[in-house]
Amino acid sequence: MENKISVSNLNFYYGKSQALFDISLEIPNNRVMAFIGPSGCGKSTFLRTLNRMNDTIPGTRADGKVLIDGQDIYAAGSDVVALRRKVGMVFQKSNPFPKSIFENVAYGIRINGLHKNKADMDRRVEKALRDAALWNEVKDRLSTSAFGLSGGQQQRLCIARALAVQPEVVLMDEPASALDPIATQKIEELVVELKKDYTIVIVTHNMQQAARVSDQTAFFMLGKLIEINPTQTMFTNPNEKLTEDYITGRFG
Amino acid sequence: MTGLTAACAVFAIAVLLIILSYIGVRGLSSLSLQFLIDTPKPVGEGGGIGNAIVGSVMMTLIASAIGLPIGIGAGVYLAEFGKNWFGTTIRFVADTLIGIPSIIIGIFIYTLVVLPMGRQSGLAGGLALAIIMIPIVARTTEEMILLVPNSMREGALALGAPQWRVTWNIVLPAASTGIATGAMLAIARITGETAPLLFTALNSRFYNYYYDQPMASLTVQIFNYATGPFDVEHKLAWAATLVLVGSILVINIVVRYLTRKKY
Amino acid sequence: MEHRIIDQRLELLRDKLLLLGGATENALHRAMESLTERNTELAKKVVEDDNLINQMELEIDQLSIEILALQQPAAHDLRFVISVAKITPILERIADHAGNIAEAAIILNDEPELKPLPDLSRMAIMAGEMLKNSLDAFTSEDSATSREIIKQDKSIDESYRRVFGELLRIMIENPLVTTSAAHLLFVAKHLERIGDYVKDICELNVYLREAAFIKHSFEEQ
Repeated sequence: MENKISVSNLNFYYGKSQALFDISLEIPNNRVMAFIGPSGCGKSTFLRTLNRMNDTIPGTRADGKVLIDGQDIYAAGSDVVALRRKVGMVFQKSNPFPKSIFENVAYGIRINGLHKNKADMDRRVEKALRDAALWNEVKDRLSTSAFGLSGGQQQRLCIARALAVQPEVVLMDEPASALDPIATQKIEELVVELKKDYTIVIVTHNMQQAARVSDQTAFFMLGKLIEINPTQTMFTNPNEKLTEDYITGRFG
Repeated sequence: MTGLTAACAVFAIAVLLIILSYIGVRGLSSLSLQFLIDTPKPVGEGGGIGNAIVGSVMMTLIASAIGLPIGIGAGVYLAEFGKNWFGTTIRFVADTLIGIPSIIIGIFIYTLVVLPMGRQSGLAGGLALAIIMIPIVARTTEEMILLVPNSMREGALALGAPQWRVTWNIVLPAASTGIATGAMLAIARITGETAPLLFTALNSRFYNYYYDQPMASLTVQIFNYATGPFDVEHKLAWAATLVLVGSILVINIVVRYLTRKKY
Repeated sequence: MEHRIIDQRLELLRDKLLLLGGATENALHRAMESLTERNTELAKKVVEDDNLINQMELEIDQLSIEILALQQPAAHDLRFVISVAKITPILERIADHAGNIAEAAIILNDEPELKPLPDLSRMAIMAGEMLKNSLDAFTSEDSATSREIIKQDKSIDESYRRVFGELLRIMIENPLVTTSAAHLLFVAKHLERIGDYVKDICELNVYLREAAFIKHSFEEQ
């Protein structure tokens, strides 16, 4: 499958107010796609339509098609719970559960019934923590509280938690914005590493981050998609003046 | 400023300590093991609060068994699903119920349970206490659940957890300390209730282990001792008060310990 | 420090530059050989292969821009990318001059051989060595050696003056061999220019290592 996610003419409303206007784009498989744009441009809202997290907010409505592997996730009778297993999410502020490190990662595995026995569970938890580049730092204290980790470690724990359910797509909503530069760099390296096995969509307000890690970039403004291009083109020779102004820091 | 607020804190604690020590001093002299086991006896022959303790415990148990699940359930509903007109109505009703004098609840149960049954009973007493408990537990449970940050719910939802799982596995455990505190507050409240028990459980001079018979309770017994004409009875009242306050204190400590935050 | 995203791109850039350097050294060496050995086949090959060198230059340009646009290099990394971006066209021009020498060889090989000019050989050897040493100094970021190489350019300039005088004398004495002598003069000029270009490369090596611009001020020393 060439394009993992295919969005056509998506309009999104918070009650009466429209937040996204006629968005259409393709997200290719095993690549990192970055969404950039000034505050309030709709990039996070759009990200959340991809795993229907906006459903949890009362009064929201989506109108248009979002196809993942060819299936419209907004079709009537679509299984939202299964969708969220396939399309995982990492949030801006890390949100580990008040449980041990092990139990945080195991939670998703448990509720989706993915493990066969205890040994299998241990294996899955270890793999997830390794994939999130956190295993070595926590392997000796898996039963301690997740809140004992630093901010950057907690965020990697949340990534491990998301990876544990074996998603195909990982959505990241400004995953490093609350972290210091070293922790941010670790997350960025992780993103580049993860694209081998997953499709990644990352929202970031830090353009340089988008430049460093993504293969394709989409620029949003006031709920509209202004431009989408391979990242190299976006940052050396964008099509739209608006894009160029944003990237060179003339506004936003 | 610090001095002023510190002074207020000291004052509040001092008042509590004065009350406790007053009760302690007055009641300690009449306290004895025999006192805790005996049933009330004719004046001058001693007597005790054994049956009252048992009765109070039994009625508190049945009140909790009914009141806690319903109250917590209502609290969960209000917090997770109650952002509509129905939820608002329930909240209003609960707040009103909390303010109703407990004697009226006693009369209500009297009409509804005691009269059809033909007699007072421990069951009726327990029911009255339950009705007092429910709105308190519901509201505090709701508050505690609302305190659980939404980011935690989102984290669980994003993993493919259905809503009920999120509430059960994530929200409730996270709010457990707060909910337990609320429950404990409610239990402490009903332990001290006297008026509703007067019509519903009446009192008894005997040990009674059956819910369908009138049942003694510590509070009513204290009332009886305290309003009796004899000084000897008054001393027993102080001792019983000491037992009552002491047990509430112990409940507090135990619950706090059991629900201490491990994570 | 662990491997950053940018490190892989920088290593690729370095590899590409060194490949270009090697191809340039090779072009110069073979061009001179085609002249001294009177090997026209070899000379034609040198001219043909110049396309490959031009291709390499384009790739390095692309990669340098990509790194600057996407990776925000700083400090040493920034100086590295800029040095590579400036050295690349210099190498390409050196290769062009080598191509020109090969073209001269094709013409000269058809004419009867002129008497050997030791100074010209000396110039060629020196230019070749200087080029090789300057690229080695780039790899090891050796600014001391780079400064030494800059001084050696004076020898090439001196040899050029002697060759110039010698060839002029030959042209006056023997008008029949003027064409050949003129072409040899151009060969000498190309070698002299190559010496100047190697000097530029060494100045950039110093910049990379020390963040100092010694261009236009080294003459005082």
